[in-house]
Amino acid sequence: MGSDGFEITINIIKMLVIFLMMVQMVPVLVWVERRGSAFIQNRFGPNRVGPLGLTQLLADAVKFLFKEEFVPPASHKWLYYAAPVLALIPGALAFESIPLSMPIHVNTESGAHTFLFQGYDVGVGIVFVLAVSSLGAYALLLAGWGSHNKYSLFGALRASAQMISYELAMGLSLVGILMLFQTFDFQRMVEIQRGTLHFWLFGKEISLGFLPNWGIFFQPLGFVLFATATFAETNRTPFDLPEAEAELVAGYHTEYGGLKMLMFYIGEYGHMMVASALMVTFYFGGYELPFYSSQSLVEALSQSMSSNAASIVGALLLHVVFMAKVLFFLWVFIWVRWTLPRFRYDQLMDLGWKTMLPWALANVLITAFFVLMAHG
Amino acid sequence: MILPVIVLTLIVGTFGALLVFVASLLGPKKKKTAAKYMPYECGLPGQETTKSNVSVRFYLTAILFIMFDIEILFLYPWAISYQEFIDAGYGAYMLGAMLVFIGLFIFGLLWEIKSKALEWD
Repeated sequence: MGSDGFEITINIIKMLVIFLMMVQMVPVLVWVERRGSAFIQNRFGPNRVGPLGLTQLLADAVKFLFKEEFVPPASHKWLYYAAPVLALIPGALAFESIPLSMPIHVNTESGAHTFLFQGYDVGVGIVFVLAVSSLGAYALLLAGWGSHNKYSLFGALRASAQMISYELAMGLSLVGILMLFQTFDFQRMVEIQRGTLHFWLFGKEISLGFLPNWGIFFQPLGFVLFATATFAETNRTPFDLPEAEAELVAGYHTEYGGLKMLMFYIGEYGHMMVASALMVTFYFGGYELPFYSSQSLVEALSQSMSSNAASIVGALLLHVVFMAKVLFFLWVFIWVRWTLPRFRYDQLMDLGWKTMLPWALANVLITAFFVLMAHG
Repeated sequence: MILPVIVLTLIVGTFGALLVFVASLLGPKKKKTAAKYMPYECGLPGQETTKSNVSVRFYLTAILFIMFDIEILFLYPWAISYQEFIDAGYGAYMLGAMLVFIGLFIFGLLWEIKSKALEWD
């Protein structure tokens, strides 16, 4: 966690701040979702509490906190209470391993320190995120099983079957990205995507100066497959079969209310943030600006301030860039939810197994051929 | 390297447990009547023991998932080292080897579809 007391303290504070930032994003996203859906459906949405209804979230949080607690009499109490806590963990663990900005280099009296702008670096990037985020299925299953309600149980079963089916397509759509970047590490991927678009074809270098060197231009099919699979992984419309209210009341969280239901929401929005951050990191250049690299930003800043301050300010500015990209994809999640209708369950499974899996395989083969030809 | 992950798991777990605990302290305590335990709105009773049968499709999906997931995992080390092998002059060999593997993968998928293991009704 660090070599001396200073580094360990900073790293723990950093981890806490990123986690709390993620939790704080949830009410804002709920507000965006409610206002956004009202905008799309041509109605007002919450607009009474505070300017633009912004303090509606505070009122909601207080209301959730003071709700009467209800536990179904036939439930497994232990599982029923454990499920919402478990729902928080996978999103947080995955989000903290994604670099949110460039590393900060500072020189103090005790020597030079480098702090990554992320909770921790486990070294295996993608594999860790895939492993951790698939743990989310356990929280849903425990909730469905623990609350002893048939709607909850069926919702949980549907959710877990859907999550594992689309995990195949998600894992397979990333193979193309791995082939191009030759690394599992997120930081390295962002570094590769710096500069303008250039690639090799039959041993000749081709460069297109008007486009950034982003993964989307090398893996368009992979991006479409990955984005679709993440929609299914986060149980968002058009894949929100687990909570199809016409059939299953509210799915796996039917028996939950108050703060415990809010915790499932934090888990779901956490998954959405992880998915958006992954899309940005793999396909849209991570925290880098399109035509202005992070090194030149730090150099420009260090003209007017000390190198420590330049590093910190530069990292914060690039963090804003990263969050702007992430927020765009979060808005796409909300936009799609209020635009597309829901699938039928057999259509959902057919799409996952019989359409996306073969296309992802095709993407692997096409990428393999192109990479071989590029080296020609 | 794994220590921060464990620390964060503990932090998040404590945070969540604290939220659940605080909410159970702050809420109003009212007497639970029989009417309160009734399923809300209308329809069949929601409370049911786990005696109810679950479609075998769910188990089948889970079994098939494990098979395919392991096959995909085998693709990862190959994908990482593919360009290195091309530079070393073994590109066509590595592609051929992987084509055999993906061929088996596709054969498995086709066989599943043929045997109607993926049909939902």
